[in-house]
Amino acid sequence: MRPGIQFIDENVVQQIIQEGFALLQNPGVRIHNLEAQKLLADAGAQVDFNHQVAFIPESLVNQALTSCPKEFTLFDLDGKSAVHYGGDAVHFDPGSAAITILDARTGEQRQPVTRDFVDFVKLVETLPQLDAQSTALICADVPEEIGDLYRLYLALNYMRKPIITGAFRKDTWWIMLEMLRLVSGGQEMLRQKPIAVFDVCPSPPLLWSDLTCQNLIDCARNYIPSELVSMPLAGATAPVTLAGAVVQHTAECLSGVTICQLAQPGAPVVWGGSPSSFDMREGTTPMGAVETWMIDCAYSQIGKALGLPTHAYLGMSDAKMVDAQCGLESMGGAMLAALAGINMVSGAGMLDFESCQSMEKLMIDAEIIGMVKRLIRGVEIHEQPIALDLIRQLGHRAEYLSQSHTLQWFKQEQYIPSAIIDRGNWDAWHQKGRLSAFDRAHSQVEEQLGKYQPSPITREEKNELRNIISKAAAKFGMAKLPELPEN
Amino acid sequence: MNKDLIHKINLSLVEGQLDVIEELVQAALDSNLEPMAIIQQGLMTGMQVVGERFQEGEYFLPHVMIAAEAMKKAMKILEPLLLTTDQTIHSGTVVIGTVQGDIHEIGKNLVATMLSANGFKVVDLGVDVAVDTFIQKAQEVRADVIGLSALLTTTMTVQRDCVEALIQKGLRQKIRVVVGGAPVNEEWAHLIGADGYAEDAMAAVKLTKSLVRTKSIS
Repeated sequence: MRPGIQFIDENVVQQIIQEGFALLQNPGVRIHNLEAQKLLADAGAQVDFNHQVAFIPESLVNQALTSCPKEFTLFDLDGKSAVHYGGDAVHFDPGSAAITILDARTGEQRQPVTRDFVDFVKLVETLPQLDAQSTALICADVPEEIGDLYRLYLALNYMRKPIITGAFRKDTWWIMLEMLRLVSGGQEMLRQKPIAVFDVCPSPPLLWSDLTCQNLIDCARNYIPSELVSMPLAGATAPVTLAGAVVQHTAECLSGVTICQLAQPGAPVVWGGSPSSFDMREGTTPMGAVETWMIDCAYSQIGKALGLPTHAYLGMSDAKMVDAQCGLESMGGAMLAALAGINMVSGAGMLDFESCQSMEKLMIDAEIIGMVKRLIRGVEIHEQPIALDLIRQLGHRAEYLSQSHTLQWFKQEQYIPSAIIDRGNWDAWHQKGRLSAFDRAHSQVEEQLGKYQPSPITREEKNELRNIISKAAAKFGMAKLPELPEN
Repeated sequence: MNKDLIHKINLSLVEGQLDVIEELVQAALDSNLEPMAIIQQGLMTGMQVVGERFQEGEYFLPHVMIAAEAMKKAMKILEPLLLTTDQTIHSGTVVIGTVQGDIHEIGKNLVATMLSANGFKVVDLGVDVAVDTFIQKAQEVRADVIGLSALLTTTMTVQRDCVEALIQKGLRQKIRVVVGGAPVNEEWAHLIGADGYAEDAMAAVKLTKSLVRTKSIS
C-alpha cells in the first residue's frame, strides 16, 4: 500500500473548484497581454480591454480542461524517459533562480558566477535522488539581460537530466527555445521528447503579466510544457485562511490553463505553485511554515481532481545557515510533498526563503529525498506468508543478520544513506572531528563531483550553443563570455 | 466629554475599529476640539501604542495595518482643516514606490504604512514607477526622501538610475535616497550612492527619521 495524505475532502475540493470558477467571472482576471486578451475574447470571454480584465466563463475553462494532457514525459539528453508528470509519480528538482550561493568556506552568501553554477549542475548529475536539473543559480558575471538565457546555456553544456527552467524576458525565451531545439535535434524531436519545462508565474491576486502571459502562449504554441507557478501569500496577497488561499490558487491556475489551451489545445501544462503563509511579525514569506506545506498539498489535490500533473515548491528552508531549522523545514516539506503525490517537487538545495542555493544543503536534501522516496514505497509485502515461516525457522534465535533472507531483502527494505547521515557511535564521531552534517556534506562535495559524467552533446552542438549565447551577450554589451570550466 | 472622545479615538485605533473612527472624529470636531489636538492626542498617541505593542510581539502586522487604515480615514477629514503654514504635523515627506519593471509591493506597502504611522507624509506611487515620475513627484511635494523598492536583480539597477538622475538635475543635495528589497543590501546602496538601505519596515522608519534629522541640520 502506498501511503498518502489528504487535507481536504471531496466536498471541499469541489467547492474550491466552484469558487475558483466563480472568481474568473467576478472579479475576473487581470491579463496584461494583448495577445492573451484577444485569444480570450475571440473564444467568447468578455474582455474589458481598457482595464485589461478578462471575465472567463466556466464553459471556456471546462473546454480547456478537456484538451489538457493528463500526463507527459520528460526525457533526458540520451533520449530516455526520465520524469513522468502525471498520476502520483513523485520527482524532485533543485530550487530555481537563486541569486546567491552559500559559500561553505566563509559561511557567507555571495553572488554566484559561472563556475558555481557549472559545479552545481555537475553535482545534480551525480545525485540519483534528483530527477531533474533546474536553472538554479543566476550568474552575476554576465549582463542581467541574459541572466535567464545564460544559465540554461550552462546547464545544457553539462547536463544529461531534463531541466526545469523559466524566462525573465519575452525575447530571451525564443533564444532558449533555439538552444533546446539544437540539443534535441529539432522542433519535432523536442516536441516528442521534451527535455525542458518552463515555469510561468501569475502575480497574486489574479494577474497575468505581459511577460508571463507571453511565455505561456509561446510555450503552448511550441508544445513546451509550461508549469503554472501560482503563489498566493496567505494573509498578504491572498486570504489568510488556508482554504481561501487555495481558492485563489485555483482561479489563477484555471485561467492559466485556459490561456494555454486557447493558444494551443493539447499543449502540456502543469498545475503548480509556490504559495506561502505570511509571517505576521516579519512580513516575510516562510517556505518552511507548516501552513505553506498544507496549502501546497491541498492545491495539489485540486490539480489531481482536475486531471492535471502537479508541481510545488517544497523542501526549502528560511534558515540562513544549514542548521536544525534548515533540516526540519526541508524534511517537513519534502515528506508531505511525497505523501501528497506531487509530480515535481522543486526546492532542493535552497535556503533563505527562495534566494540562496547551497551545494552542501543540496547533498543533505538528497538524503531527505532518498528517505522520502523510500517512505512512499510504503510497507511492501514481498512474500506469503509475511514472516511466519521465516520466524518459525529461526524459532527463538536472534540470528537474522546471517540469514540469506536478510541479505536478499535488506537493500530493498532500507534506504542506505551516505556518510552525511551519521549513524556511528559517539567515539567514532568524536575521533572524526566532531563534524556536523553540514561539515560532512562539505567534505564530500569534491568526491561527489569526481563522479560526474560529461554531457552527451557533441562538440559541434557545444560550439553552436556558444555562438547563440555569444550573440545574445554581445547585444547586451558583453564582448567576450566567461570561459567554460573544463568538463 | 472632550477627554472622553479623545480616549475613544485612541481606542478605536488601538482596537482597529474602522467603522467608528470617522464619526468619532466628526464628534470631536463638533465639540470644538482643534484638529491638531485630535491628531496629536487622539491619533498619534494611539498609533504609538500600536507601534509599541507590535515591537513587543503583542500586536502583529494586521493590527498595524488596520490601525493605519483607521488613521488614514481620520486624516482625510482632519488634514484639510489644518492651517497649512504653521501646522506641519509631519516628521517629513517621503515619496515611495516600486521601481519600473517591478510589480512587487508588499514590502513597500509595509514601509509606507509604518512611515505614515510614524508621522511621515507618504506619497506612495505604487509599482512599476519610472525614475522621472519619482523625481517629478518628489519635487512637487517637496519630499525629503525618495524610497525605492526593487525585488528583482533585473530591476534593482533602476535604483542606480534614479540616484544618477537626481545628480544630473542638481537635486541630489535636497533629496535623500533610501533603497530596499530582497536583492538589495548595504553594499549595493553604497555602490550606487544611495543614502541608505533598510532591510525591513522598522529599519526603514529609523533610517528615514535619522536622514531627515541630519538634513534639517545640514
